[in-house]
Amino acid sequence: MNTIPAPTIEYGTLAPLLVVFGAAIIGVLVEAFAPRYLRKAIHVPLTLLSLFGAFALVLVQVLRGQVATTASAMGAVAVDGPSLFIWGVILVLSFVCVLLINDEGHFVASAAAVPGSADEEEAEAEGGGGHTEVYPLVLFAVGGMLLFPAAHDLLMMFVALEVMSLPLYLLCGLARRRRLLSQEASMKYFLLGAFSSAFFLYGTAMIYGYAGTVSLPGINEALAKGSGLDPLLMLGLALLGVGLLFKIGAAPFHAWKPDVYQGAPTPITALMASGTLVAAVGAVLRVFWVGLGNLDWNWRPIIWGVAALTMIVGSILAITQTDIKRMLAYSSIAHAGFLLVGVMATFGTAAQNAVSLKAILFYLAVYSITTVGAFAVVTLVRDPGGEAGHLSRWAGLGKRSPMLAGVFAFFLLAFAGIPLTSGFFGKYAVFAAALNSGTQPGDSMGGWMAGLVVVGVVASAIAAFFYVRVIVLMFFSEPAADGPAIAVPSTGTVAVIAVSLLVTVGVGLYPESLLGVANDAAHSLFIR
Amino acid sequence: MTTHYLVLSGLLFAIGALGVLIRRNAIVVFMCVELMLNACNLAFVTFSRQVGNLEGQVIAFFVMVVAAAEVVVGLAIIVTIFRTRRSASVDDANLLKY
Repeated sequence: MNTIPAPTIEYGTLAPLLVVFGAAIIGVLVEAFAPRYLRKAIHVPLTLLSLFGAFALVLVQVLRGQVATTASAMGAVAVDGPSLFIWGVILVLSFVCVLLINDEGHFVASAAAVPGSADEEEAEAEGGGGHTEVYPLVLFAVGGMLLFPAAHDLLMMFVALEVMSLPLYLLCGLARRRRLLSQEASMKYFLLGAFSSAFFLYGTAMIYGYAGTVSLPGINEALAKGSGLDPLLMLGLALLGVGLLFKIGAAPFHAWKPDVYQGAPTPITALMASGTLVAAVGAVLRVFWVGLGNLDWNWRPIIWGVAALTMIVGSILAITQTDIKRMLAYSSIAHAGFLLVGVMATFGTAAQNAVSLKAILFYLAVYSITTVGAFAVVTLVRDPGGEAGHLSRWAGLGKRSPMLAGVFAFFLLAFAGIPLTSGFFGKYAVFAAALNSGTQPGDSMGGWMAGLVVVGVVASAIAAFFYVRVIVLMFFSEPAADGPAIAVPSTGTVAVIAVSLLVTVGVGLYPESLLGVANDAAHSLFIR
Repeated sequence: MTTHYLVLSGLLFAIGALGVLIRRNAIVVFMCVELMLNACNLAFVTFSRQVGNLEGQVIAFFVMVVAAAEVVVGLAIIVTIFRTRRSASVDDANLLKY
């Protein structure tokens, strides 16, 4: 009998992941065994503590200088510098989003009850609050988000993709108000998400057929040997790209984003717009850079086109929107395009790679925290039937609630990339890295990179137009007599807005602080 | 020898993808997605044979588990929609647009 060698698992390195998944499983047990009136009292501290604990474990690894230099768990998970940075960002974001989720009134009391039925009234009357299943679902989704950009082979990446997405599909359908919209968003997200993950999986199968392995470095090695023009490889690259670009919402795979962002409960939209985007961009970087690095003359022209299209589509369609959440969704699409410009710039020498990686990590961190703040403000502007989504309802908000409108205006300026906000330095870093990569010797896309930056700057200008339009609407038009009520924010919501405002202003004034951290993370590069 | 299986897998995948695009009932659309996942499984197992290692077969097991989890979530969502609207047609879900 042959003995099977036992696998080694680096528990210390993987601890942040294990803490989040462990807490999620405990959360499921709480749902099963704790009486209803106790559940929320157990879930909230459990969720917040586990996210905080995981963040502390990430910090410990970084501060001790113990960043792993080889992949953990038999080559399945790579906890390198960029992974740790992305983990830290996702954990902070999800902590902040859980504070938003805590607020009363976002989630339905009984998702199974038909809207408008007696069942629903009964559930509302007896239960109070919403489904407490939300907390373990969020933890599972966050666990998936952590694993997705750190996955070091395509199988692990597929599993992480599903662990991240499946809870989010459900969470989208749990809004307490406007339940038809919420359920519709959930179904659209689910069907399109499942469709795109099937593409991802078939792409994985094709690449497995070509390379004989699904491990990312293994694929890269096989690419170095082969001619690179194998039909299996081309097909795999295209299908894999569809699956990944869908997740970051790049055009032409962006159609789900406005619908889902509008229909989902706003705290969940905040989590998707920040956490999912960060995780998906991390995964895109890892696949294209670690797995397909030797094929860059094949995928860079495609990403060039997708990036340009995404920036233009996102910026132009945002102008025509009349719903604030839809507008922010298109803005998120445009920002996905700006991030892809950064992905394009990962070419050439290790120094150039570090520069562009630093730019993307920095951009991800500042953009996502501003997004959470903006959606937190959206939760506060309310009509009798729920949040006041329509832009016309926001008219004159600056006169009725100057503080809130001022904060929102500041977030919009940060999205637009006005100097003295964090968004400016994010865009600057990405565009500078892209221009720099065009000057690398041997870059066949040299001139094209400058072209892409021009497209990016034009798209930013178009985007600035609709951000400023909302600001003008808030401050320079008369408020309607029956305008929306401004809800008294809970402590949690105030904390969320304060944190994202502080980061947006702080990084805007002292970008070196965060740039330094991003730089350290980027310099250890991805484990190849 | 393995080419036939690959062609079959490609056909199944194409039928599934086409079904997602042209069928109107959410349950059928969902079944087509499952068909696509099974086409992936067939491709993985075939390549496993062709390449000569077991990775592909192991992956097929993972995919089956993920597909099962997806069925749970998907049916929950579709049933909720059906109870609300008395229809599982994807054309009727048209409140979110533009």
